[in-house]
Amino acid sequence: GASFGTGMERVIVAMQDPDMGMKMRNQRLLITVIPHAMTGNDVIEWLIQKYNITEEEARHLGGLLVQYGYIYPLREPRSLLLRSDDSPYRFQTPYFWTSSRWPATELDYAIYLAKKNIRKQGELVDYEKENYSILHKRINHTWDFVVMQAREQLRASKQRRKADRIVLECQEQAYWLINKPCVNMPLYYHYTTLGRNRVKSSICLESFMKYSEQYLHHDPIMSGCLPSNPWISDDTSHWTINTDMVGIPTRLRVERWSFSFMELLNDSMGRREFMIYLEKEFSAENLCFWVACEDLRHGESSKIILKVEEVYKNFLAPGAARWVNIDSKTMERTLEGIKRPHRFIMDDAQMHIYFLMKKYSYPRYLKSELYKNMLAKAIVPQETKKSVFPFMRRQRHSSPSPAMVTQATEDDGKAKGAGPTGTSSTTNSQI
Amino acid sequence: MCDQTFLAITFGPCDSCSENRPLMNLYIKTEPINYCSLCMEIMACQGLASGETLKSLKAESETLRKKLEEERKKLHDVELEKVAEKAEALGELNMKTRRTLKGHGNKVLCMDWCKDKRRIVSSSQDGKVIVWDAFTTNKEHAVTMPTTWVMACAYAPSGCAIACGGLDNKCSVYPLSLDKDENLAAKKKSVAMHTNYLSGCTFTNSDMQILTSSGDGTSALWDVESGQLLQSFHGHSADVLTLDLAPSETGNTFVSGGSDKKANVWDLRSGQNVQSFDTHDSDINCVKYYPSGDAFASASDDSTCRLFDLRADREVSIYSKDSIMFGAASVDFSLSGRLLFAGYNDYTINVWDVLKGTRVAILFGHENRVSSLRVSPDGTAFCSGSWDNTLRVRQEGRGVGRELKQGGTTLYG
Repeated sequence: GASFGTGMERVIVAMQDPDMGMKMRNQRLLITVIPHAMTGNDVIEWLIQKYNITEEEARHLGGLLVQYGYIYPLREPRSLLLRSDDSPYRFQTPYFWTSSRWPATELDYAIYLAKKNIRKQGELVDYEKENYSILHKRINHTWDFVVMQAREQLRASKQRRKADRIVLECQEQAYWLINKPCVNMPLYYHYTTLGRNRVKSSICLESFMKYSEQYLHHDPIMSGCLPSNPWISDDTSHWTINTDMVGIPTRLRVERWSFSFMELLNDSMGRREFMIYLEKEFSAENLCFWVACEDLRHGESSKIILKVEEVYKNFLAPGAARWVNIDSKTMERTLEGIKRPHRFIMDDAQMHIYFLMKKYSYPRYLKSELYKNMLAKAIVPQETKKSVFPFMRRQRHSSPSPAMVTQATEDDGKAKGAGPTGTSSTTNSQI
Repeated sequence: MCDQTFLAITFGPCDSCSENRPLMNLYIKTEPINYCSLCMEIMACQGLASGETLKSLKAESETLRKKLEEERKKLHDVELEKVAEKAEALGELNMKTRRTLKGHGNKVLCMDWCKDKRRIVSSSQDGKVIVWDAFTTNKEHAVTMPTTWVMACAYAPSGCAIACGGLDNKCSVYPLSLDKDENLAAKKKSVAMHTNYLSGCTFTNSDMQILTSSGDGTSALWDVESGQLLQSFHGHSADVLTLDLAPSETGNTFVSGGSDKKANVWDLRSGQNVQSFDTHDSDINCVKYYPSGDAFASASDDSTCRLFDLRADREVSIYSKDSIMFGAASVDFSLSGRLLFAGYNDYTINVWDVLKGTRVAILFGHENRVSSLRVSPDGTAFCSGSWDNTLRVRQEGRGVGRELKQGGTTLYG
């Protein structure tokens, strides 16, 4: 869009004004000195001064400048964040400005990837390797040109000063991180989708039949609900007997836990019961691990590194208090990945443990005394008949706002509302 | 303006076409020249392999496409209606409006339920976003956005915040303050930034991440705390109008629908488009997952709703009638997935039997287009928002599956 682009560009131009702009200096990057660079702190300070804004707003604005590629980081180029410390940044050359550029062409991108590939074997990361082979198929007719250009550009860059070369590489890399060409690749897509495993219609459609039958009595619109539908009777009993903290659950609710493992975990009471069962079986660490991984996946970006460390310490380190038993291959991969933590780093391990619980612990739980007792003592509410005087409306009571309830029981920074049931669910990993 | 380090010209007249454009350094026999992107493409294509032309590549694409259709057809061994013949017929649906929420001064564009099953957030054309306790019909919070046409709003899973946006191209999060006098707008947090209008937004499994769809043709995943873009999803060739998160075990995908008539399924982690469906004849206004996560329904301007099965990788049912000529704007399933509620531009709501493909009921009451429709989290009611400035909560009186109960007594207990 033109409007915000030119707005950001005005800021960038102002930042580079020879008199009122930012004071730039040489920044050290390992052993090379990069000229005309600034620190993240400098950027924020300058924005605060120039526009008379708060630090929070300056951080947000600065962050956008990085996200949209007008400023790029020299250290950790893949992390497009503006750090308010002495991390070095540089202005992107106008050729690479998001707004002035044509939509990144496949040709440009192919040349860039070819250069990277020629310069150093194994330099391309996963998605780049994939894109490289897609492009090789797709614009195969231009490949001689691509390789030639890549070679020539590399040769010319060798003749530049090292500092200039590093800067150019950083500029290019920053640009392509943001501007990966659009995924509109019919040929490649068709090749992959042809190979996909598809299920016969009859099997899929049977599953719809089964599902609606299984959930029939749980669907208030299909079967009504007990003791009455609150929207009709103005009586909220149906909700109060189904809260998280209720002493004795309803029969329908406990039955639903047997429909699928996901149903059991989605209900905070079901999850608590399952945890009690696992403790008896001395395998509670599995569920704790799963909960901690969910918290990592859905939590704040800023807490990722901390949470990964915690998970490693509690569940994966040799001799950990709650060590989880995952296969050696997955463990190896996970431990390797922890060196560069991100929010999906535990996915493989989490899935392994999830399917372990689903296959072994869950069916045993459903056969256990614990579950059977729960089912036996679960209540079946009496249906409330419609009032004799239908024109007398009950008073509709208000309920405490979820915001109020959660503020009173504010936890120690665990992802707010994490977990499918959300409201006041206590998904702490130290149960 | 040039970069201070390089003398290379980055903007100026192209050596080939003389137009003023951003320039790329090209090397022809080691001589550097400056071409614009267009001329560079033309030059590159002059090296086409013999026999290959753009035409032949297109033909290859078409052949593959046909092959794909054949493969899909082979596995389609039965129609849904046939399988559903043995399903019990539904009784008469008797849905009444139980609550009418009045308070918006203009068209209601979007609404979402809170997980507490009774609160609702709604947004409208005049920029107002209201949080209601729909049960008592009390308004609990109200925010005036600095923009009109707030097309998207969502309730956070914890119930402590809401997200909304529209023509401002942003998605902002407002923590819900309990202090009645406090100005909600003061705590507003700008999270998402698109380059065109925001059409949809939803929190993922926690308050910490938001998924957005936009008129700029992309969807994106954001970290709420820092406003950082975590992943972007490119593939639609026009506005993305709607999205829905999958309720699957591994919780890793979502589906989006667009003005390009396509419904695309995406992997949240990698940003890849993993499946695509393009059988609609017009814009897809709404997509919703079937409760099991194995399928999703769509509502389109072509006046039909359709069901797409993800494992069969095809459309499996179409919900349409000759008498329905206006576009469908919004859909949602009842809890068991047996019923599909759809709101239309002709002011009505049609209720479909998902399995049999027949219409079970038509609901009147709104005095203008139905723009948004959602079943409550526990399935006890559904709410519709309309251009007539109101929201209506409706419920079935006796349970439409009542035919299935033996002699009026309940089957369980």
